[in-house]
Amino acid sequence: MPAKIKPEAKKVGMVSLPKVPTGIQGLDEITQGGLPMGRPTLVCGSAGCGKTLLAMEFLVRGAVQFNEPGVFIAFEENTEELTKNVASLGFDLEDLTKKKKIVVDHVYIERSEIEETGEYDLEGLFIRLDHAIKSVGAKRVVIDTIEALFAGLPDHSILRAELRRLFRWLKEQGVTAVITGEKGEGTLTRHGLEEYVADCVIMLDHRVTEQISTRRLRVVKYRGSLHGTNEYPFLIDETGFSVLPITSVGLDHKATGERVPTGIPRLDAMLDGKGYYRGSSILVSGTSGTGKTSLAMHLVNEACRRGERCLYLASEESSNQIMRNAKSIGIDLAPWVKKGLLHFNVARPTYSGLEMHLVTVNKLIKEFRPTIAVIDPITGLTNIGTEVEVKAMLMRLIDMLKNSYITTLCTSLTHGGHNLEQTEIAVTSLMDTWLLVRDIEYNGERTRGLYVLKSRGMAHSNQIREFLITNKGIDLTDVYIGQGMVLTGSARKVQEMKEEAEAAVRKEELERVKRELERKRLIMEARINEVRSEYESAEEELLASLKEQQMKEKARVTDSGVIAAMRKADKLKAEKGLKSKKNRGEKR
Amino acid sequence: MRATEKKAGKTSARPAKTEKVSRKPAKGGPAVENWDLKLYVAGQTPKSLTAFANLKKICEEHLRGKYRIEVVDLLKNPQLARGDQILAIPTLVRKLPVPIRKIIGDLSNTERVLVGLDLRPGG
Repeated sequence: MPAKIKPEAKKVGMVSLPKVPTGIQGLDEITQGGLPMGRPTLVCGSAGCGKTLLAMEFLVRGAVQFNEPGVFIAFEENTEELTKNVASLGFDLEDLTKKKKIVVDHVYIERSEIEETGEYDLEGLFIRLDHAIKSVGAKRVVIDTIEALFAGLPDHSILRAELRRLFRWLKEQGVTAVITGEKGEGTLTRHGLEEYVADCVIMLDHRVTEQISTRRLRVVKYRGSLHGTNEYPFLIDETGFSVLPITSVGLDHKATGERVPTGIPRLDAMLDGKGYYRGSSILVSGTSGTGKTSLAMHLVNEACRRGERCLYLASEESSNQIMRNAKSIGIDLAPWVKKGLLHFNVARPTYSGLEMHLVTVNKLIKEFRPTIAVIDPITGLTNIGTEVEVKAMLMRLIDMLKNSYITTLCTSLTHGGHNLEQTEIAVTSLMDTWLLVRDIEYNGERTRGLYVLKSRGMAHSNQIREFLITNKGIDLTDVYIGQGMVLTGSARKVQEMKEEAEAAVRKEELERVKRELERKRLIMEARINEVRSEYESAEEELLASLKEQQMKEKARVTDSGVIAAMRKADKLKAEKGLKSKKNRGEKR
Repeated sequence: MRATEKKAGKTSARPAKTEKVSRKPAKGGPAVENWDLKLYVAGQTPKSLTAFANLKKICEEHLRGKYRIEVVDLLKNPQLARGDQILAIPTLVRKLPVPIRKIIGDLSNTERVLVGLDLRPGG
C-alpha cells in the first residue's frame, strides 16, 4: 500500500507528512497542503453545517483536478438526492459516475427492518467498500455519516469494534478518507468517532448571531503537521466550499513607488504632487454629505480613463443612483460601465454575513481583476457584526486587496458628535492614506475642509484645503489662514474682502503721506527760490548803484582835471586838488 | 485476514450452497406461499457456518417443504451486497413473502429469528 502514496507526495511540496490536496479554496492553505495522505480525517459539526458538502467537494475535486477517483458511501441520502443536492454547486455526479471517476454507494439501514439474532460483523460493508474502491481505483473515500450505523444497529459493542477495524482497514488500503460525524454534547461527535479517527479532525460550525449566519471551520487536530488553529469563516455558494484563511495571509504584499493620480490635481499636489501609492489603502472619512463618494468617483473616473479596471462595492446606493449623482458633479461613469472597465457590486450589508461579503469580494477580484477598488462605505458593515468581527473582516479584506495589488479607497462615515479622527470601525491603522473631510460650520454656513491626516511614505501637505463640490467636479482651494483663524466659504470671501479693503486704506494713507511730503518739499523749494530771487534782485540793485557811484566819481575827477587845465592851474596844484577831492569823496 | 477467508470460501462454500438450492423444490402443494430466503455470507467463517446450520434447522422445523435458501458469498460476488443493502455478515434476507425482512447475526437466537421471519408474533 505505501507504494501508492509516493507519487502524490510530490505535489504537496516540502511538508514532511504526505498530504492530499483537497482542492477546496482555502482549506489547503490552512492545512498547509491538504489532508493526511492515506489516513482518515474526521469532519464533524452540527446538522446543516456543510459536512457532506465538504466531503463531496473533496471527492469531486480529487476526481476532476487531481485525477484521484473516489468512493462516496452515503448513509443518509440516496444517490439521486445526493446528485441533485450537489448539482446546485456545479458538480455533475452522474457524469463522473459514468466516467468511472466516482462511485456513490448508498447504504441504507433501517432499524425496524433488522432483527438481530446473534453474532455478526460488518464484513458486508467492508466488501462493498472494497468493491467500490477497486471498481474505480479510488484514492479517496468518503463515509457520510457512519454514525447512522449507531441508530441502525442496536449492538454498539460490535459496532465499535467494527469501526475500529474499519479505520484500520482504510489505512491499510492507503486511501485518504473523510469521515463525517454529527457533533455531540460536549464531544466532537455524538458517538465518539474521534476515538477512532485521530489523525486529523476538522470541525465545522454554523452560528447565527443577530440573525446573520456565519459558517466557520477549525482544524482541531492534525497529527504530524502544522496547521492554522483559528476559526476560519467559510462559505458555500454556487462554486462550492470556500474557506477564508485570510488571517494567515501575512504582510508580504509588494510595495512600489508607483503612483495613482487621485483625479483631482490639487489633491495630487497635497500628496507629494503625485497622488496615492498604487496598491495602498486609502480611507476617506467624514460626516455624511461631505463628499466622500465624490472623491471616490474622481479616482474611479481617472482610472477608467487610463483604461484600468475598477470595482465599486456599494452598500448604500444603487449603481444607477451613483452614476446619476456622479453626473451632477460632471463625471460620467456610464461609458466605463459599458466598456467593462467599471463594475458595480451593490448589496446591502445585511444581505449576507461578513464572510459572504469577503468571499464575494474575493471572487470578484479573481474574476474581474481590478486595479482599483472602492468600498463605499465600509461603515455599512458594522450593522452585521460586532466591532471585533467587522474589524477582523476588514483587515482580511484590506490584506486581500493589498495582496492583489489593488488600490483601495474606503469611505467611512463618521457620525456627528464623535471624535472625527476616530472612525466608527477602528481601521485607520490599517490604512496607508487617510483623508479627512470635515464640516466647518462658521458664521451660519457649512463648508467642507479636506486634509491629509496621514499618508505613509510620502511628504504630504499638512494644510487644510477648502473642498468645493462644483458641477465640474471637486475643486480644492486654499483656505483663509491668518489672524489665528481658519476661514472657509463665504466667511473666507468676506474676510478676504475685508482684508483687501484694509489694505487699500493703508495704501491710500501711505500715498497721502507721500504726497504731503512732496508738497512740503515743493513749498520749501518754492520758498528757497523766492528768497534767492529776492536776494538776487537786491544784489543786482546794489551792484548797479555801486557801479553808478564809481562812474560818477570817475567822471568828477576827469571833470576837475579838465577844468583845471582849462584854468591853467599848476600841475601840482591841480594834482593836489585832485587828491583832496578824492579824499573828500571817500570821507563822504 | 480477508485473504484467507476468501480462499476458504472458494474451496468449501460452494458445495454448501448448491446443496441447499437443490433442496428447494419440495411439493408445497397446500402451502400458498413460497419462502424465498437469501443468506449472505463472506466466506466460510465460523459465524457463517453457524448461521447456515441454524437456518436449516429452523426452516426444517417451521417451513418444511416450502422454502428455498440461497447462499450468497459476497467474497465471490461483492456487487450483490449493494442490491440487498447488506452491511452485516451474516445477513438473512426474506425475499418472499413480502415485505422483505432482514435478520442479521448467526441466527443462534431462534426466538428472534422466528419473530424476524414473522413466524411468531410479538417478541
